[in-house]
Amino acid sequence: HLKIPTGIKFWIMMSSLYPSPAFHLYNKLPSVVPESCLLIFVGLIMGGIIYGLNDKSPPVMDSDIFFLYLLPPIVLDAGYFMPSRPFFENIGTILLYAVVGTIWNVFGIGFSLYGICQVKSFHLQDISLLHNLLFGSLIAAVDPVAVLSVFEEIHVNEKLHILVFGESLLNDAVSVVLYKLFRSFCEMSTIKTVDVFAGIGKFFVVGIGGVLVGLLFGMIAAFTTRFTKNIRVIEPLFVFLYSYLSYLTAEMFHLSGIVAIIACAMGMKRYVEANISLKSHTTIKYFLKMWSSVSDTLIFIFLGVSTIGDNHEWSWSYICFTIIFCLIWRALGVLVLTFFVNRLHVNTVTSKDQFIIAYGGLRGAICFSLVFLLPEFPRKKLFIAATTVVILFTVFVQGMTIRPLVDLLDVKRKRESAPTVGEQIHIRFLDHLLAGIEDISGHWGQYYWKDKLEYFNSKYLQKFLLREYDQPKSSIVLLYEKLERKHAIELVEAGQLIHEPSHTSLLQALVKESDSMNPDVLENIQKILSRNLYRIRRTQVPAYNRHNLPGESGTAEQAKEILILRHRSLRVHMNRS
Amino acid sequence: MGSRASTLLRDEEIEEIKKETGFSHSQITRLYSRFTSLDKGENGTLREDQVNFRGFMRTLAHFRPIEDNEKSKDQNGPEPLNSRSNKLHFAFRLYDLDKDDKISRDELLQVLRMMVGVNISDEQLGSIADRTIQEADQDGDSAISFTEFVKVLEKVDVEQKMSIRFLH
Repeated sequence: HLKIPTGIKFWIMMSSLYPSPAFHLYNKLPSVVPESCLLIFVGLIMGGIIYGLNDKSPPVMDSDIFFLYLLPPIVLDAGYFMPSRPFFENIGTILLYAVVGTIWNVFGIGFSLYGICQVKSFHLQDISLLHNLLFGSLIAAVDPVAVLSVFEEIHVNEKLHILVFGESLLNDAVSVVLYKLFRSFCEMSTIKTVDVFAGIGKFFVVGIGGVLVGLLFGMIAAFTTRFTKNIRVIEPLFVFLYSYLSYLTAEMFHLSGIVAIIACAMGMKRYVEANISLKSHTTIKYFLKMWSSVSDTLIFIFLGVSTIGDNHEWSWSYICFTIIFCLIWRALGVLVLTFFVNRLHVNTVTSKDQFIIAYGGLRGAICFSLVFLLPEFPRKKLFIAATTVVILFTVFVQGMTIRPLVDLLDVKRKRESAPTVGEQIHIRFLDHLLAGIEDISGHWGQYYWKDKLEYFNSKYLQKFLLREYDQPKSSIVLLYEKLERKHAIELVEAGQLIHEPSHTSLLQALVKESDSMNPDVLENIQKILSRNLYRIRRTQVPAYNRHNLPGESGTAEQAKEILILRHRSLRVHMNRS
Repeated sequence: MGSRASTLLRDEEIEEIKKETGFSHSQITRLYSRFTSLDKGENGTLREDQVNFRGFMRTLAHFRPIEDNEKSKDQNGPEPLNSRSNKLHFAFRLYDLDKDDKISRDELLQVLRMMVGVNISDEQLGSIADRTIQEADQDGDSAISFTEFVKVLEKVDVEQKMSIRFLH
């Protein structure tokens, strides 16, 4: 008794899982065509097949399904694995681009399209200013799904990546407010100035409210995991549950759900990772990656399928000018804002970076769903057509050409080097040093606030949210343990450790001399050895890649050498004691 | 204002500091007022270490951001205090407590102990220090010299990390 539309939907969903692995078998293809393009293409083919078979429009992507089920996993995955250090270092720039940049784009595109509509020969005069602004508000926002899928294949430097990506996530607050605002204006007969001001005030409520809701649920989740020692199996469930709840709660109160999920994930990550077991941590990692992969694939396929159909109205002028204005206003916005940013910050954004930021402003499925949610009015089909064309243009043209452009412009790439403990120590040391210098010179910069936050954290938050006897280890120690373990495994695989006495035999040798030794010291040494070998989880490598988890890169000669030296010195210490 | 009169900043002094450190006139006066507010004993120096205003400015000069027009200046005069090499040298000197131009294992241990917290045992801290030295050491003397220190941090953007934007 499965109805045909539901059946078709299921069929589409199942078959969408095939292209993804097949795509990765051919190594050459991802370097030319980003995965999102291929998925849309497959969707187009399937839509064409369905249209040909049924002779009616294929099932259009339901906006509810998109916003409730497909979008949250991707955003949660992004927020949970967001590298917090570069994010907070650049937070001012990101917020400036997300908030001011989006407003600039919305009004720019809206007004210029209205100007185009006034030209008599285009036959577009019935589109009012308000409708144009409404259209502008949904088409201006950069889409995190599209940006993520294109940028993860071109490894640009960390700062550039976090700027584009952070902006695409945070501009949701602004575009949600503007969209709802203009939509309610459309339904009101007269608009008073007080309504405009209410709209501006609403923006603050939506953004900050979203953050607060997210942080609240994040703290609840962290607090819950404090007591889960005896029910390890459902620990991952709490993480997913509370994040999804924060999204739903925010959406219920008309706040920004995306911002809420990001705040929830980033807030709880630190405490949850210290509280939960290693296996739960792995489960969370893999599940998040899996869900976001599936959602991502489905979104693009549905996008392709929904393109074929009868709900389009074509107008060459409107559509072409939409594309042109999107590009122009984004470029202008980035230029002007970067000018201000470079005046205020030490961390300058180079002109090459600016070009990539402007060019990487991809639109995606969020615009698509929003346009379907519009109330019925005569020109709705034109808007749908324009949105579809813009999305296809940005994903195909910009998505495919951005990689050769990055190579051509020689944009600074991601640093592909192994992390070292020494570097980590020095970076931490510089943090403390800069906090002190800022304090002395009376300058309240980022290090000052970071220091204050750390103080607040260690004094109040940690006591409340972390399990009593498990103080979190500093990142220096964790990185050290991780590297030791990795190199030990590499050495064992290379067969070189056979000649060195193993830790257990060392321990036995130690135990034999234990008559003269303090039992406490012995216990300490045992604890250190076991901890060194088995309990490593934190990673310092940012993990935005959809298909690979961090920490899976190759070996090095120097690593072997370091570990052999370490073993020798460890043995010397053992013998001495 | 009686006892303060001798410590008021004269124009020639401002010019000298400007040449030595590269700060602008307004920045120097602003930092001077900050210095006097920190200087509670009103004797022209900070704390028992007797850091006078010149020393204060010289230290802060290391943290001035590198401007573009300075990068292209030719190497005629002495190297400016906020060059990458001088910034790294400043950090190096903070580690190197006995000033022998090497960071030994003990000096590293002291810094680590202060940064890592109280719940790590000495043994483990010692292992971390050993590893750090082994990663960086190239001439086999079990200590980190300045050149080795620079090499460890070659991938880190020190110019941006060790800079504060002093407000004009």
